This record gives sequence, C-alpha cells and structure tokens, in this order.
Amino acid sequence: MLRDLTTIGGYALREAVRRKVLVVVVVLTICFLALYGFGSYHAFQEITRGGGGDGLGAALEEEVLTGSTLLGLAMFVTLFLGTVLAVFVTLNAVRGDAERGLLQPLVVRPVGRSTLLLARFLAAAAVCIAYVQIVYWGAVLLTDATGGYRPGNAFAGALALAAAVTIIVAIALLGTTLLSSTANGIAIFMVFGAGLAAGLIGQIGAALNSSTLEQISAIATWALPFEALYQDGLHALTADIDGVTGVIVQLGPFGGAQEAGPLLYPFAVAYLLGAGLLADRTFRRADL
Amino acid sequence: MTKSTIEGRRKAPFVVPDRHEIRTDPTRACVILSLVADALLAAGLRKTYRATVALDGVDLRVGAGELVGLLGPNGAGKSTLTKIACGLVRPTAGKVTVLGHPAGSTAARARTGYLAELFRFPGWASADEVLELHQRLARSGGGAEERTELLALVGLAEAARRRVEAMSKGMQQRLGIAQALVGAPSLVLLDEPTSALDPAGRRTVRELLEGLRGRGVAVLLNSHLLSEVELVCDRVVIVDGGRTIAEGAPHELAAAGGVEIETAAGLKRFPDAGREQVPTLVARLVGHGEEIYGVRVVTGTLEDAYLRLVGKDAR
Ligand SMILES: Nc1ncnc2c1ncn2[C@@H]1O[C@H](COP(=O)(O)OP(=O)(O)OP(=O)(O)O)[C@@H](O)[C@H]1O
Ligand SMILES: [Mg+2]
Repeated sequence: MLRDLTTIGGYALREAVRRKVLVVVVVLTICFLALYGFGSYHAFQEITRGGGGDGLGAALEEEVLTGSTLLGLAMFVTLFLGTVLAVFVTLNAVRGDAERGLLQPLVVRPVGRSTLLLARFLAAAAVCIAYVQIVYWGAVLLTDATGGYRPGNAFAGALALAAAVTIIVAIALLGTTLLSSTANGIAIFMVFGAGLAAGLIGQIGAALNSSTLEQISAIATWALPFEALYQDGLHALTADIDGVTGVIVQLGPFGGAQEAGPLLYPFAVAYLLGAGLLADRTFRRADL
Repeated sequence: MTKSTIEGRRKAPFVVPDRHEIRTDPTRACVILSLVADALLAAGLRKTYRATVALDGVDLRVGAGELVGLLGPNGAGKSTLTKIACGLVRPTAGKVTVLGHPAGSTAARARTGYLAELFRFPGWASADEVLELHQRLARSGGGAEERTELLALVGLAEAARRRVEAMSKGMQQRLGIAQALVGAPSLVLLDEPTSALDPAGRRTVRELLEGLRGRGVAVLLNSHLLSEVELVCDRVVIVDGGRTIAEGAPHELAAAGGVEIETAAGLKRFPDAGREQVPTLVARLVGHGEEIYGVRVVTGTLEDAYLRLVGKDAR
C-alpha cells in the first residue's frame, strides 16, 4: 500500500514537473512576492513620512495597522492562489482522466481504487500546502523586513492556510469523482466564492450588529470550513492588537474575522474524512 | 484427482471445482485451482446502463491458455464484457471469475493484462517510463530486461526513450499491447488491439498472440478483423445484443458452405453437403446419366458465417 502510494504520488508529482506546472507556479509566485514586498515597502515609507499626530493619531500605531492589513491581504491572496493550484492539480484526477482513457490502465492494476485516490490526494495536498507555506512565510518575512511588523500569532495563520487548502483539495477531489474537468473547475471556484461571500456577510453582520447575518455566515463558513479556517487564522494574526488600533483593525477588511473556537480543527478533520469517504465510495462504485 | 478428471473438467464448460473437494484437501486447492480454473468464466452476465441493456445474460469461457476471439457488431457488448472482466465496470447481475477469483478482485487483477479500446498514456512520459510505472503497479520484478524485451516484441525497440506525445497512434497502440503484457499475466484482455496498426503491425501482433499461446497465456481478443481472428483464434464467441449467439472453432463456424457440381444441365447446388458426401453425390448423378464437368466444395469464411449469424448478410 505504502509502495503504491509513493509510486502513484510520485507519478503525479513528476507529471506536475514535466508539464511545467511547477515552473509556472514558481515564476508567478516570485512575481507576486516581489510585488508584495514592493507595495509593503512603500506603504511603510508613507506612514513614517506622514509622522505621528496628536489625540487619536498618537494612540494609533500606524505600523501595526499597515502591517496587519498587508498581511491580511497576503493571507487572502495566498488562499486564493492555493485554491487555484488545488483546482488545477486535481482537475482531471478521476472523471477527466477516465474520460480521456488515462485512468483505466492504472485502475486495472492490483492497486485499490482507494489507494489511487489517496495517493492523488496526498500528492496534491503536499504540493498545495508547501505552496501556501512558501507564499505566506515569504509575505510575513517581507512585512517584517520592510516595516518591522510581526503579527501576533504567525504560526496560527500558517496552520490555518495549510488546513484550508487541504480541505479545498479534498473538495476538489470529491468533485472530480462526480464531474468532468471543466464542470469541476467551475464548481470548485464557485464553492470558493461562496465561502468568501459567507465570510463577508459575517463581517457586514458584525459591523451592523445583525445577528441574523452573523448566523447565516456562521452556518455557511462551517459548511465550507476552509473559510472558517481562514477567518480563524486571520483572527489569530490580529487578536493581540489592542487599544484604538485594535478597534480600527477590527473595522478593516481583514480585521473583522471571526474566531471559530476550539471545535474548528476537530470539525475540519471530520469534514476531511467525510469528503474523503464520499469520494472514495463514489470512485469505487464508478463504471470506468 | 486423476489427470483424466482434470482434463474432463477443463473441457466441460462452466464447471468450477467443487468447493467440498477443496475444503477437504486445502493444501492442493491452489494447485487444483490453477490447473482447473478457467482463465475467464462468465455466466448469465447482465449489465444495464440506465435504459440501455449492454449485456443480456452472456455466457463465456476462456480456458487456461486458450485464445478466444470475441466478435459482434458495434454496440454488441464486447467492450462492456471485457471491462467487467478486468474490474472496470460492475455487472448488474451474473457471475464472472478470472483464474478462479472474482473478477475485479485484487488477486484477479494481479494476473490480468488489459488493453482498453480507448486508452491513453500521459504524453510527457517515455515508452520506457510508462512500462516502468506499470511494472511497479503490477509488482513485476522484470526490471529493464522485461521492458526491453516487451518493447522489442511490439516493434518499439528503437522508441524506448520517445515520449508518448511524439508517437503515432499505431506506436501508442503497440506500447499499449506491451503494457498489457507487463508482469507476465495469465490472462490478457485485448480490446481491438490492432485497430490502428499497419499490416506489418498486425502480423507482429498475430505472431505475438501465437507466442502467448505457446507460453500458456489465455487471451480474449476483441476484434472486428475477422480474417485475423480466423487465423489466430482457437475459438470464437459471437455476441449480439448482449447475448452469446454462437461459439466454436473458426473452421466449425465457417464450414458448411455446401457442394457445387457442374453438370451438362447446369450448376447443381447441395448447400447442406460437405466434402465427405462428394463421392456419393457424384456417383448418384452419374447413375442418373448426368455428365460431370466439375465439383467444388464451398468453404465459407468466418466473415460469411458471422454475417449470416448476426443477420446482416450483405449479399
Ligand atoms: N458508459 C456507458 N453508458 C451508457 N451506455 C453505455 C456505456 N458504455 C456502453 N454503453 C452501451 O452499451 C452497449 C454495449 O457497448 P460496448 O461498448 O460494450 O459495445 P462493443 O461491442 O464494444 O461495440 P464496438 O464494437 O463499437 O466497440 C452499447 O449500446 C452502448 O451504447
Ligand atoms: Mg468496443
């Protein structure tokens, strides 16, 4: 089983390398980080040039506000790019490959379909997790280097991104057992968009003090836990900011994130297992 | 168990060894099974895709080391049957065993080689890499030697390093055949393996099939090229509308074209007569005062028999 996992996983990774997927991703990521570093540098330059004021201005720690907003943006972009990668590395894994006749020669070998699916999952998750970690830590380091800002709990953000992208890989793989390539790609992006919308509704709800909106958002983000994980990570980045700055950060686009509580990670694991088992069941019953 | 009973079992269609026999002598169970078990045995096999009935109770047997041709018109259910045998498709009803194991089980798949009708290998991989992957998955310890041998067998010795995307369709099909033979399977299922091959390639495959038979490998060959099937197969099974409509050796199915005798009064046809009856027929005609100018035993081809059986006689 382990041997089959490494064979098939290695084969999927080799495909990504040969198909120049990795080259494209690396080049574009360097571009993104360069852009981020450039933007971050100028943002911090602006606030030091502006100087401190009195009253509210004096209580407002501008580096903290700028730094946390920039990192919030970085986290959002990282998850988005991670989602794009997750969708494309899993796009054809089951139905797409079966329709093109690529899957059948593998499935008839004495490797279980479950092993095949698990290997594809592990390979895709490994690639996507590594990717979001590189982008995220790159942004954290750049923010520190350009403005001397360090978030409260950077590790929580990293963990949240890793978990969120793993959930997306699982949803995308489940999608490939049900839908062919294009339909699956569209579906996953729509699901991602729905999660995003749910998060925004929650923030609007919090700003308007509308418990109905907040409830809708809570249900939707738990149904799509990558969003809850992302929000939780974002929250951890800014949770320790207090005073006036804290209030203003909370009002900003990346500050109003909801903390999910201790059940989030167990729930995410259960969700992952559920999606995995459903994908496995669908794949094992499929006529290819 | 004596040799004669083993032989008897091998000949008898649809006989699986008695469970009781195996239970009372478990040490010999494997030996007996491998001697007795048919390479492929399907009984009452049904498969429906929603409203479409693809297989409607097919019976099929491929004995150990036997080369069986599976014929039938488009949509008859040949590919469906083959896919069920290798575990790609789940039957709706009926029973299929491969080398004594349920079709689709790991044990069955471990000893089966399969070439799909529509298949593709990843374009980025070389021929050698494709075979290497399949060696790993099939747990073949053949190494580079096996790969070289298989590529040579299908006439791709020069193309080991060539990437699949740079191969012609026929070359890919040759690679597909090599892939099906990785790990020395005991049963090989080939779904239209020569559809893209040039005449030389077809001959290569024919020789390869004969080689497999020589090594005791059972083959189910799914093909529309009747002349080829006729040349190489021990037995032919014809399916139509998801049912077995005929089976037998190619010469048995193809025979019985009748006898034609040219007399002064014209050509006389005896459609049911065979070669053995020629002397009697000639003697009778001469006895009636006829003058004989020629006698011809009409041997039908498999194609004639096929067209007659599937009711689409072109003549
Ligand atoms: N996945 C599927 N979904 C629905 N119907 C199917 C599917 N696969 C096959 N069929 C139907 O099952 C029947 C048998 O198809 P099959 O592919 O086994 O025929 P075949 O004998 O291999 O034909 P051909 O000579 O054209 O390859 C056909 O009517 C076909 O339309
Ligand atoms: Mg077919």
